[in-house]
Amino acid sequence: MSATSSSSSESQQRAGMLAQLADWFDDRTGYRAFVHEALYERVPGGARWRYVWGSTLVFAFMTQVITGLVLWASYSASAQTAWESVFYIQYEMTGGWLLRGIHHVMAQAMVVLLALHLMQVVIDGAYRAPREVNFWLGLILMMLVLGMALTGYLLPWDQKGYWATRVATNLAGLVPLVGPSLQQLVVGGPDYGHHTLTRFFALHAGFLPATLVLFLVLHLTLFRKHGLHAKQPVTKPDGLFWPDQVLKDAVAMLAVMAVVLGVILLPALRAMLAGEPLVTGHFGAELGAPADPSQPYAAARPEWYFLFLFQFLKVFEGWGATGEFLGAIIVPGLTLGVMFLMPILGRWSLGHRFNVVFTLAVLCGAGLLTAMALHEDYYALWADRSAYADVEQLLNETGGDPQKLAMALGNDASKQAVFEKRRHEYEAIRKSEAFLVAVKQAKADAERAIELAGRPEKIPPTGALALIRQDPLSQGPRLFAQHCASCHAHVDPAAAEAEAVLAKSSAANLFEFGGLSWARGLLDPAQVAGPAYFGNTAHKDGDMVSFVTDDLSDTETWKPAEVKAVIVALAAEAGLPTGGAAAGQVKKGRELMADTDRCGSCHAYGDNETELGYAPDLNGWGSREWLVGIITDPTHQRFYPDTNDRMPSFGVGRDGGTPTLSAAEIGLLADWLRGSWYRPAASVHETAGVNQ
Amino acid sequence: MAEETEKGSSLATDQRRGFLTKALAVACGGLATFPPLAAALWAVLDPLRRTAGAGNFVPVADLNNVPADGLPRQFPVIADRVDAWTGFAAEPIGAVYLKRDKGSETVEVLSATCPHAGCFVEMDRESKCFRCPCHNSAFTLDGGIVAPSPSPRPMDSLECKVDKGGGVLVKWQNFYTGIEEKVARP
Ligand code: FES
Repeated sequence: MSATSSSSSESQQRAGMLAQLADWFDDRTGYRAFVHEALYERVPGGARWRYVWGSTLVFAFMTQVITGLVLWASYSASAQTAWESVFYIQYEMTGGWLLRGIHHVMAQAMVVLLALHLMQVVIDGAYRAPREVNFWLGLILMMLVLGMALTGYLLPWDQKGYWATRVATNLAGLVPLVGPSLQQLVVGGPDYGHHTLTRFFALHAGFLPATLVLFLVLHLTLFRKHGLHAKQPVTKPDGLFWPDQVLKDAVAMLAVMAVVLGVILLPALRAMLAGEPLVTGHFGAELGAPADPSQPYAAARPEWYFLFLFQFLKVFEGWGATGEFLGAIIVPGLTLGVMFLMPILGRWSLGHRFNVVFTLAVLCGAGLLTAMALHEDYYALWADRSAYADVEQLLNETGGDPQKLAMALGNDASKQAVFEKRRHEYEAIRKSEAFLVAVKQAKADAERAIELAGRPEKIPPTGALALIRQDPLSQGPRLFAQHCASCHAHVDPAAAEAEAVLAKSSAANLFEFGGLSWARGLLDPAQVAGPAYFGNTAHKDGDMVSFVTDDLSDTETWKPAEVKAVIVALAAEAGLPTGGAAAGQVKKGRELMADTDRCGSCHAYGDNETELGYAPDLNGWGSREWLVGIITDPTHQRFYPDTNDRMPSFGVGRDGGTPTLSAAEIGLLADWLRGSWYRPAASVHETAGVNQ
Repeated sequence: MAEETEKGSSLATDQRRGFLTKALAVACGGLATFPPLAAALWAVLDPLRRTAGAGNFVPVADLNNVPADGLPRQFPVIADRVDAWTGFAAEPIGAVYLKRDKGSETVEVLSATCPHAGCFVEMDRESKCFRCPCHNSAFTLDGGIVAPSPSPRPMDSLECKVDKGGGVLVKWQNFYTGIEEKVARP
């Protein structure tokens, strides 16, 4: 016997054993008939591309189940851990960004596929007898998918999910009779918090998908029972599901997956080509700043596929509560109602035509509303604001007062009408500008939150929001804008807008206060009486200004090297970088500051025994402690007990009442002004380090 | 023949007995599934029992800090807050706008929550009005509707009092959105 024939008989033997095993298994389960039925379904008129949508939807759902289960394994639903765990998935877990990216983008793909599937079914009249029930099942499946999209949006517990959900749940409260209770049930109490998350998560990952699977099984069973609804007229010979249609389905699935991966990876590719450092966490799905009910979020928008509903609410301007009720409940409800009636309407050919037109109209309407929403939001990107300079000017002059406006326009009705129209356009630009600013702010906030969460110390148990509320870089600009900016500027003198900003300010520019360049400007005869220092204050004609302009400019009494030494010593006092100044230079400067013939004649410093009260204390000038002191109470002996110019004592309450700013807030302001905040290790040498 | 009749009558009694069996089966099955369903429903409805508590007066600012220039200023409302199992001490829970007219000692308070659907209303200093970033509702500095507006009612004013020390206290409340009447949430 040759070697080959022995091996072939062996393989025959093995095949025989396998067949026996298969027989045994079939005997117990009947799997062959089952597989046969599943695969050898007749496709009337042969396989077609237009039949792939249902299969791609099942595929998309399976993708969501796979990625969703693994996301679930890393997700923690509570107000202090949801954002944090999603951050961890996105930025720390290996492959987390890809996993979340696929889940996020596929969810959107699913909505698109749903629309396509629905359109194909309606256009083909596939809802006609005996497939009515299956059409209804399909509509229920659609609502379940949309429900999962809606509930999923909240789970990262970031600003955009939070605010979008607030609006959505408030609208649910408009349902007649049960609305308020319904709302309270989904929210999990009177306010948004842990139980909103746990409930949304239970809906998103438990109740809705379980129901969906149930309806999907029914949908597919009925689909098999009635067979595929062939596109009429059938001209080609019948085909088989396996492999003809399966091949087309598989190719479609591949295309869907390719698009999803493309959406995720293209930005990465672009970054790579641009030579930017690749942070995988930046790709896939976005993560905003943690939800904060006390922080306005003007960039609040729902996910793009709900944008049409969002825009629809604006259509009912001026309709009051009826409008909102119509827009949020009645019209969407009626639209769904008509869809449920389609199989019945479709019995008449006219009815079928109505169905097709209606479906297309709804989809086009949704598309149009989406475009309108986007147009409104991004209008400022292409609109020319300068063309409305006259409108702006007139509004400024009249303060928008209708009577004054009419006067200015010469009480000419046609002029007024033109003006009103242009004013409307001008306001649209401004609204869009505000939105774009908000989007930019949201992006910056998100980036900072992620930077803070990525510190080596990790996120404290109180959650990322606490981290942000204690972060000078996040809170400083807000506090400054609210409490300081009405007098003080904070603008880089080299910036283009500096001049305009400074002209409007009535107190010193605090940009990099205490640092070398600030001190240099203070002691510069050309600047000290300018708008960046004392120019717009009561100290304009004070002793410091005349000292700098008269004494310091006299190179006989003050040698340039001495002035330089004082500048360096001031920065050193503030604990800010001295530009690598020699210790001797700092020492020299300090001696000059203490010298009672020099700075020390007015200012207390070191052991010079000059009394406090006449000029600000130079001990620790510009340091955190000094800044906290002056913000708390500028009328304190150390600062301006007699000559304080309009600055409120932010840390002192009147008659023991609550002060304007808490000690923590004042600390945040001081730290922010001094540029003292957390910087990730990589950028430490790029930005000025802080010594103290 | 006789056999058949016998069979038929036994079937008949079977059917009669069958009814009892069916009724018992349904009753037992129903009884068995009732407790978990009832418990589930009971627990699911728990949020309906929860209330935010009657609006308390919360100190938000000092009268000094509300400039008497007729321009509203935004202040955070800071109070203790309970979220299910977590107790937060002195947390920002929302925001209000305080406005004091020239020479006035009284403060008008508007909630920053939009009465349309709950977004955060912001002040537009340039146009001297409030704007909601969501669906374009605009309000005057007194909170009145600027028509045409999607919002069904003016901004929600909140009760306010000034104590002897000059502290401004605001009765912090949430209201149902999207309806014409201003109804406080329980
Ligand atoms: S939530 Fe303010 S306009 Fe809709």
